[in-house]
Amino acid sequence: MTGSRIRFRFSKHGKVRFTSHRDVARIWERSLRRAAVPVVYSAGFSPRPRIAFGLALPTGYSSDAEYLDAEIDPAWVAGIDNERLVGALTASLPTGMTTLAAAGIASGEPSLQHAVTSCTWRIDAAGADATEAAEAVSRAMDGSELLVQRERKGRITIDDIRPAVHAVEVQGNITDGVRLTAELATQPRAVRPNELLASLRPPLRGRADRRANPARTGEAGARAARERSEQEREGPPRDAEAVHLSAQPLSLLRACRLHQWITTDAGERREPLAVSVLPVVGAGVAP
Amino acid sequence: MSSLWHSLEPLLPQVSKPARYIGGEAGMQTPRHGPGVVSWLLTYPDTYEIGLPNQGLQILYEILNERPDAAAERAYAPWGDLEALMRAEGLPLFSLDTHRPAPLFDVIAFNLSAELTYTNLLNCIDLAGVAVRAASRSDSDPLVGAGGHCTYNPEPLADFLDFAVLGDGEEAVGDITAVLADWKASGRPGGRSGVLRALARVPGVYVPSMYEPVYDGARLAAVEPRHPDVPAVVEKRTVADLADWPYPKQQLVPLTEVVHDRLNVEVFRGCTRGCRFCQAGMITRPVRERPAEQVRTMVGEGLRRTGYDEVALTSLSTADFSGIERVVADTVDDAGCGQVSVSLPSLRVDAFTVGIAAQIQRARRTGLTFAPEAGTWRMRQVINKLITNDDLYSAVESAYSQGWRRMKLYFLTGLPTETDPDTLAIAELARNCVALGRAHTRSPSVTVSVGGFVPKPFTPFQWFGQNTVAELRRKIGLLRDDLRRTRGVQLKWHDPAASLAEGLASRGDRRVGAVIEHVWRHGGTFQEWSEHFDLKRWRSAAEACGADIDAYVHRHRTFDEALPWDHLSAGLHKDFLWQDWRDALNEVGLEDCRWTPCYDCGACTGYGIEHVVASAVPPAGGSQGTGVDLSRGAEIPVRLLDRHPEAGRIDRRPATGATGAVARAARERSEEERETPRAGASGSHTTARGRPVGAAR
Repeated sequence: MTGSRIRFRFSKHGKVRFTSHRDVARIWERSLRRAAVPVVYSAGFSPRPRIAFGLALPTGYSSDAEYLDAEIDPAWVAGIDNERLVGALTASLPTGMTTLAAAGIASGEPSLQHAVTSCTWRIDAAGADATEAAEAVSRAMDGSELLVQRERKGRITIDDIRPAVHAVEVQGNITDGVRLTAELATQPRAVRPNELLASLRPPLRGRADRRANPARTGEAGARAARERSEQEREGPPRDAEAVHLSAQPLSLLRACRLHQWITTDAGERREPLAVSVLPVVGAGVAP
Repeated sequence: MSSLWHSLEPLLPQVSKPARYIGGEAGMQTPRHGPGVVSWLLTYPDTYEIGLPNQGLQILYEILNERPDAAAERAYAPWGDLEALMRAEGLPLFSLDTHRPAPLFDVIAFNLSAELTYTNLLNCIDLAGVAVRAASRSDSDPLVGAGGHCTYNPEPLADFLDFAVLGDGEEAVGDITAVLADWKASGRPGGRSGVLRALARVPGVYVPSMYEPVYDGARLAAVEPRHPDVPAVVEKRTVADLADWPYPKQQLVPLTEVVHDRLNVEVFRGCTRGCRFCQAGMITRPVRERPAEQVRTMVGEGLRRTGYDEVALTSLSTADFSGIERVVADTVDDAGCGQVSVSLPSLRVDAFTVGIAAQIQRARRTGLTFAPEAGTWRMRQVINKLITNDDLYSAVESAYSQGWRRMKLYFLTGLPTETDPDTLAIAELARNCVALGRAHTRSPSVTVSVGGFVPKPFTPFQWFGQNTVAELRRKIGLLRDDLRRTRGVQLKWHDPAASLAEGLASRGDRRVGAVIEHVWRHGGTFQEWSEHFDLKRWRSAAEACGADIDAYVHRHRTFDEALPWDHLSAGLHKDFLWQDWRDALNEVGLEDCRWTPCYDCGACTGYGIEHVVASAVPPAGGSQGTGVDLSRGAEIPVRLLDRHPEAGRIDRRPATGATGAVARAARERSEEERETPRAGASGSHTTARGRPVGAAR
């Protein structure tokens, strides 16, 4: 059976933010069953509920913009009122998870994983005040590359994340550090808030400014970065300017995903489901 | 501040799997602490993933929170990474429900399901900021208690526990709460020892500090009460009817992955199959079935409330539940539950059982597990697991023909009288199973899982000297060599090193406590996790404490020897267990007493309770040792098993003929009793629901 495709938007805050992406998937499957929502199952040897989750939220981060698409029995969808559905699901989700919106989605709509191009984050960081952070941010944004060391499947790579950092703003001081907002791309590979922070090194007071950046990108840039990091490991850097920056980059205190964005062909961006609009399920897009 | 959450929160991003420390599960209770309320911290001394599904802990959690005079929360052992941070920050053990510090509770009560968690119990007490040794605790410290199967020999933990509970906890926790509430309300008369003295008088409660071990040289002679008002023998608690205890009513649904992550409904407690290696089967007698209607309600409501799509009908042998087919069919067909799969965690080995499995695993057919436990019929008579080779083959044939491709077989090695041909017969059985599968599928797969046998208290094998680690390794090696070039058979085993520690803790006396403490003090926590287990640590601890491993673990015991648990009772007569041990050595099997007359093991008569079994006839299926196909409705022959030719010389039972002596003797004894009724003794204790006792079968 082909079900009506319903997209849900939900938030994740408080204690429950320490659950993993896989945990959240299990929690949703069970919550949909608890709320007696008839999700369509896949055919075959091992039937699974047809639910597709969007981008993974790193464990420990909170969010106002998590999404999933579920295929639901169309006859049931036709008879359900949107507000009741949203309310029933929130009641069956654990404390800290709230269903914010639900809407029918055209069956041809690309999956969340493919469609979403960037996210806006609220990032609380320690290791600098607002002035220092602003300096680190403007240096990072003015440069043509921003190298971070990342690990994937046990392999360490050095990537230039600069093209994926669309915007960073310093919002101001908070009690334990500084608050930033940032829009970070999710494709081809998502940049995480902690990776952005790892590339932001506040200046040490009373020292000269950072050296000019050798504008290299791609493979050459990665090679250069690898050489640099090897030098750092081996002993005092030849390039004395490097020590003008703090050895410690900014460190993450808290991160919250505020928005996910889909960039349309026309170059405009929109959310997969805006919270302000609550379209009626069933009366929405035909399956 | 009674919540540690704000201190804990910054630590969580630094540890693995932080979701196991947050609580917040569906079904979590709201404890109401306050004056006049006895607060319990129910603690599982291993990780959240292992401990959360524990049904015993969940049952008591609900029962206590339903009482106006009690509040219960839960705690689990933090993993090493968080423990290090907690110790560095000075944070004590905490509850998951409200993140309340452990020292604020009146009772820290541990579930003891496995001996290898003992060092974790010590670690949790220490993390709670409480003195590890009971004698060093002050009046303001929480009481440290324990329940669960391991408490049938609490002696190795006697120095660390204030009290232990034997048997079913449903009623006992209420009685203990009442004693504590009274004591608190009346100004804590007598301090800590005052309340412990009062607890020692509660049935089923053992207070180790009120008992004194007496030694004869190096040998234990007895464990004796120190005071006249303390019972000489502590009897276990038994709830008479499971129907009165439909718990858990709101099973906890974890937010993160745990073992056995599904709805669990206990369909009966107790087992009288009489497998001689099985402690659970011996100590939980008699059989008490839950009414089928209640099972259906608990399954239906449970699925709707939890959102699980899998339910396990739990017991020690679920296919024996009266009317199991109907209950299963009703669950699978209940449209209100959606796509549900049912699992029967302990399948009997016969084709009938496979039929049920086929019916219930319509949704997801993964693999089937059988536990023949031993490779030869001779060996299975010794352990009283009365499955013939044909029973196993017909079950396997039936499974392959119904579409299964993977089979798992469980075996024990290191059993009493086991010879190398017995061990190697395991490989032969597996090969034959694969051969049966070839007729149905191109690549049949049989996984053979072998465990080293550890004798347990209150079983007929409690007198048996456990195999050494070297011997267990040799036996597993035999199998490994034999199966090396066999296609389709995978051999799995755990290194038997840990079986030595388990054996020491399971049958040790009070002096073994020092060894456990030594292991813990030298970093030996999470001993159930093979990556954390180091046999050298146990050997050097035993040496440092002067404990003779050989005497505790590998020595055969004699009938006249005092056992460390002789002052405790699971209801079983020691004579019965000894006779059963002799029968084992004579290779004589014993029928299930649910449908045959009583052997007077003591579990029913001693407590004036009866088996609660809805069906007056044995379940269909297999031969159950009779050599007759019972799945076609055949009757059990009067004669169960041939007697071993040598038996006459050793058997102490009255001989009544050349064959079937055991079964017949028992039958005649009970017929005698039926004709001349005596108080407190009846021939058959089986009560058929809705039928008079003794109704014609």
